[in-house]
Amino acid sequence: MTSPQIEIQLIAAVVAVACAIPGVFLVLRKMALISDAISHSILPGIVAGFFITQDLNSPLLILLAALTGVITVVLVEAIQKTGLVKEDTAIGLVFPALFSIGVILIAKNANDIHLDIDAVLLGELAFAPFDRLLISGMDVGPKSLWLMGGVLIITVVLLLLFFKELKISTFDVGLSSAMGISPVVMHYGLMSVSSITVVGAFDAVGAILVVALIIAPSATAYLLTSDLRRMLWLSIGFGVFSAIGGYWLAHILDASISGSMTTVLGIVFLLVYLFAPKKGLLSVLYRQKQQRTEVSLITFLLHLNNHSEETERHINHLTEHINWQTVRAKTVLELALKNNMITIANDIVSLTEKGTDFTNRALEYIITNKDDRIEHMKDDFFLFRG
Amino acid sequence: MTISEYFDLLWNDYTLRTITLGTAVLGATCGMLGSFAVLRKQSLLGDAISHAALPGIALAFLITGAKDTNVLLLGALVSGLIGTFWIRGITSKTHLKSDTALGLILSLFFGFGMLLLTFIQKQPNANQAGLDKYLFGQAATLVEKDVQLMLIVTGISLFVLLLFWKEFKILLFDADYAKTLGFNTKFIDILITFFIVLAIVIGLQTVGVVLMSAMLLAPAAAARQWTNSLGVMIVLAAVFGAFSGVFGTAISATEDSLSTGPVIVLVAAVFVLFSFIFSPGRGLLFREIRFRNNRRDLQLKKTLQFMYGIAKDHEDISHPHAIRILNNFQGFTKKSLQRLEEKDWIQLFGQQWALTQTGFEEAKNLFSQKPNDD
Repeated sequence: MTSPQIEIQLIAAVVAVACAIPGVFLVLRKMALISDAISHSILPGIVAGFFITQDLNSPLLILLAALTGVITVVLVEAIQKTGLVKEDTAIGLVFPALFSIGVILIAKNANDIHLDIDAVLLGELAFAPFDRLLISGMDVGPKSLWLMGGVLIITVVLLLLFFKELKISTFDVGLSSAMGISPVVMHYGLMSVSSITVVGAFDAVGAILVVALIIAPSATAYLLTSDLRRMLWLSIGFGVFSAIGGYWLAHILDASISGSMTTVLGIVFLLVYLFAPKKGLLSVLYRQKQQRTEVSLITFLLHLNNHSEETERHINHLTEHINWQTVRAKTVLELALKNNMITIANDIVSLTEKGTDFTNRALEYIITNKDDRIEHMKDDFFLFRG
Repeated sequence: MTISEYFDLLWNDYTLRTITLGTAVLGATCGMLGSFAVLRKQSLLGDAISHAALPGIALAFLITGAKDTNVLLLGALVSGLIGTFWIRGITSKTHLKSDTALGLILSLFFGFGMLLLTFIQKQPNANQAGLDKYLFGQAATLVEKDVQLMLIVTGISLFVLLLFWKEFKILLFDADYAKTLGFNTKFIDILITFFIVLAIVIGLQTVGVVLMSAMLLAPAAAARQWTNSLGVMIVLAAVFGAFSGVFGTAISATEDSLSTGPVIVLVAAVFVLFSFIFSPGRGLLFREIRFRNNRRDLQLKKTLQFMYGIAKDHEDISHPHAIRILNNFQGFTKKSLQRLEEKDWIQLFGQQWALTQTGFEEAKNLFSQKPNDD
């Protein structure tokens, strides 16, 4: 690996971590799309800042553009408050308009600005190592590494200082106000940090892909855990993994680095979405199928309990009476047999003692709808493990 | 070229006419179908779908190697639909919320699309140039065939809209009721979503994937301010959309370096801003005026009530009292007294006032529940 290669990966990883931390809170607060709005609408701020500073990595530009991001949030909330349109429409109206202004500004001043539309969408990670920071003539590394490093340090310090407050105000607004933590301050604090992060990352990965770096790692982590700390660590891990994996994918395909970082994130998310142990698609589908069978079993047992006459309990009659397909009926019958709930003699199904006991308790639960009735059944039986 | 020149040329120049017709039709379709997106609170779905369409365009190009618009748009349609159904899958099968799902699909698909686009750019195929017009749209590349496609799509969606009008409407406003009536809500839902995706896809060439969602939202959000009827709203949204398309194209055609998408979006944003402020029913301006009127009215009635309190103790209710005794009460000014007199509720004699019979009745009934003609 050459030194620029290492530096690119380092920058990518720092950007990914800096995005993942606010991302976790945005996803948990159901405000993920605000990051989309911010990332688009900082564009006019960046262009204006560029006119003033003439340097894409200047801290002043970052602050100016981040201010535009916060203004967007305020604007969206102001429109929502008028009640003229719904919340999502307000977001959808504000950011395209601001982004359009930015694009037009760039197009009109193409000669004065070293920003082109591709850079806006994709960032210029590949060139980042060539813009060095010189301190009294000494080369101390790429500018964007220092910049994003600074943003990351601020984010981490704020996170450590306000972790408790953030946690409470994210999960229980009422409690946090009662404890004297202003939700408004936390909200705008988070928005400001997100804006600064988005602006800092904008240079490296572009306006739209920064959204991927914010949302995707946290969403993926959220599918794997319900613990805030673990979710933070996991999303940082996913971010760094996709940053480095993405770099090498781009290297192989000779394509955009930020594009391939996003693609790696997408693949990781897809895998977790499908195979996550508890919340993944496959396990959800499997659980739903099991629950269906279990409900069928209860229906079946209750039916048996209701009918003492033999005709009603004949095996062929059941398919007809409860309106089941043959396969389904067979599954349920086998399940009940396996658990010693029924016996079959001469094609006549009858409840065993265990089956009667179980049915009566289930019936009691259905009538009273009190959870404590089935509390002990969860251990005894495979049912109700919900 | 200035704007007036543009409109002069419009009647003679074939290319300009094609482009203008195309953007007008596009704006109308987007406004029409966007109304559903806005009312169904799916505004940002359009954003996600339009971004999700990008890899479809790139893949269609990679597979066929040709730059036929129809093929590329077919690719966009397929990948837009995949994105839509994946969003549904995420929100219905996992605990991730819809905002996360939308943001995920939007950014992941777009990132993948950009990866493919940059990959294609490095290919030796000379045909690849110009795919990036799908990012911000270039109305100038519209040819008659594209406009025909738009017209066909518009025709079909209009036909389906009229055919399923009742079903769409009932699903929009009361999905549970629609279900109890026995409508196949899932089918209608998918039908609406499909047409929203379709509208987005045909707009990609003109407005581009990045800003297409605004094209869908803005005319509908503007139209919503002027009416409470679905039919009127759809027609208005179509008109607003068509005008934004035409004006946007006209402005961007007069400048060389401008993509059409951002300009159309800004024109549509102006429509929205205008509607937000000036619509008579819901607009901010008239709402403020109504608010002030109500406050003034309330203030007047407060004064009247105070006067009533004084006057009712007298046998002759029209017995004059000094204005001075109103002093300990904040809600009166010279102007408000005059206004009270105009309403014929009081009479003023120099430094004195007297309640009239109508004013007395008015004050007496102020807090009663009786319906008032006023």
